Amino acid sequence: MAGLETFYDVMRRQGITRRSFIKYCSLTAAALGLGPEFVPQIASAMETKPRLPVLWLHGLECTCCSESFIRSAHPLVKDVVLSMISLDYDDTLMASAGHQAEAILDEVMEKYHGNYILAVEGNPPLNEDGMYCIVGGKPFVEQLKKVASGAKAIISWGSCASYGCVQAARPNPTQATPVHKVILDKPIIKVPGCPPIAEVMTGVITYMLTFDRLPELDRQGRPKMFYSQRIHDKCYRRPHFDAGQYVESFDDEGARKGYCLYKVGCKGPTTYNACSTVRWNDGVSFPIQSGHGCIGCSEDGFWDKGSWYARLQNVGGFGVEASADKVGMVAAGAVGAGLAVHAAISALSRARYKGDDDQ
Amino acid sequence: MVSSKSNILSDEDLQGTNLAGQSARALRARKLTTIYVYEAPVRLWHWVTVASIIVLVVTGYFIGSPPPTLSGEPSSHFLMGWIRYLHFSAAWIFSVGFAGRVLWTFMGNVYTRELFYIPFWRKDYWTGLLNEVLVYAFLRKQGEKTIGHNALARTALFFCFTLTSLFMIVSGFALYSDGTGMDSWEGLVFGWVKPWLGGDLGTHFLHHWGMWVIILFVMIHVYTVTREDIMSRQTLLSSMTNGYRSYRDDRPE
Repeated sequence: MAGLETFYDVMRRQGITRRSFIKYCSLTAAALGLGPEFVPQIASAMETKPRLPVLWLHGLECTCCSESFIRSAHPLVKDVVLSMISLDYDDTLMASAGHQAEAILDEVMEKYHGNYILAVEGNPPLNEDGMYCIVGGKPFVEQLKKVASGAKAIISWGSCASYGCVQAARPNPTQATPVHKVILDKPIIKVPGCPPIAEVMTGVITYMLTFDRLPELDRQGRPKMFYSQRIHDKCYRRPHFDAGQYVESFDDEGARKGYCLYKVGCKGPTTYNACSTVRWNDGVSFPIQSGHGCIGCSEDGFWDKGSWYARLQNVGGFGVEASADKVGMVAAGAVGAGLAVHAAISALSRARYKGDDDQ
Repeated sequence: MVSSKSNILSDEDLQGTNLAGQSARALRARKLTTIYVYEAPVRLWHWVTVASIIVLVVTGYFIGSPPPTLSGEPSSHFLMGWIRYLHFSAAWIFSVGFAGRVLWTFMGNVYTRELFYIPFWRKDYWTGLLNEVLVYAFLRKQGEKTIGHNALARTALFFCFTLTSLFMIVSGFALYSDGTGMDSWEGLVFGWVKPWLGGDLGTHFLHHWGMWVIILFVMIHVYTVTREDIMSRQTLLSSMTNGYRSYRDDRPE
């Protein structure tokens, strides 16, 4: 157990120099969009505040959030985050297992009641009394409710916890349910994405440590600093969009020249995330840069919103899959033909109509 | 409405015209009732809305399915930029017009309010609706004489035009806030509909469907007003240009 050691103590103990520490504080301030005057504030918080206990639960998920998290470069997970927060329970990362691990959960919940952060990766399936996801011999939903009861705030990691993601896609056989629909009485920060960007994950935690409050959230509960703009808004291919230059198919000239992927179904214009600014793997690239459209993984229900390779959603219920435009054109054709027939009959009946209007 | 006896012109009616002094009876000319229905702001709004809908539909379609790729450097083109600019400008004109039209219902005549509600509890609305349906099914010769909109027209206008327009304005401004930012006034006032309509993509999708509702409505609207102008007992096309609706007969029913 971490006790009352501060972040700075931990970092110094791990051989991080004062100079590196201050550099880290400046980088963090920049990452959070704060001015240089906040650097001393961050440094002072790190030096004086006790480490924040975090319990990280895993429900129905694929661990891609954890995989992303451990690749954070600014700040580096190895050097900073796993020491910064006191990650007391995370069944994929912790050394202990079985009863020993579950005992830690109870201990932290008791000792830091009302003061720890609950990070949830994945979501609870509610069907069959939650039997589709068992952790420690009990349905995950029970563990989630129990641990949430003493939490100060909850972070919903990824699209699973935030919106449901693939396991909640139609027909959702296990009735996988996002965290905010199960836990109703705690502040919840949604960090959607499949997975979320590593720097976004660590940035959210750093903000909460530094300022001892939740980051400003948008209407859907996402931190504004990372989710207030669309990928489209900062996309480096945006000039091609505005110019009217599109990739028409993945093997054409436009694809080689790096034109806009709008016509091949890029969801950048409808997806709120930081991929086009923060990028992935230490800023190396992001899907659009690699030549593939955004699939909109940080948007609610992205599995059920039609093809990843078409602009318009397909319309079910018309026998074959058809786009809204096809259905609309068929409807317009049918209405046009109907009107023509109606006009013909009207003309015939008019032809038989003699005399003027006032009989 | 004038009684049917007085609709033949009398000698006095010719006074002050080029036919003054002639015998009115021999001319067999008729005098017909004309009512001022559509006031100038309503007519102006109608045609401004027509123009903006044409621009909105064409540009909106191209936003959903952009024209073929242009060659050359992106710096020498701004095609999608212009398409979107026209769409947003026309949308603003359409929206301001719609708002002005709503305000005009408080200042204008009784017919200005017909677009905005359906007299659900009135029996004559339902009988009028049935009558017009029978007319369009060729089961009844002529419809009733109406001063504003007939019951069928009113129903179509309310659902396919008024409600659809309102939906297009709300969803349109919500999508516009994608560009202006979620803290812009568009985002604050209209942004809430996006999660409700299935996220940003779902809102785009429903906004696109709204376009098709409007297109079908315009087709039917243009057909029926032309047909009514020829076949019904009152004028329609000219009443939306000069505001006067003339009646071809003075039969009371």
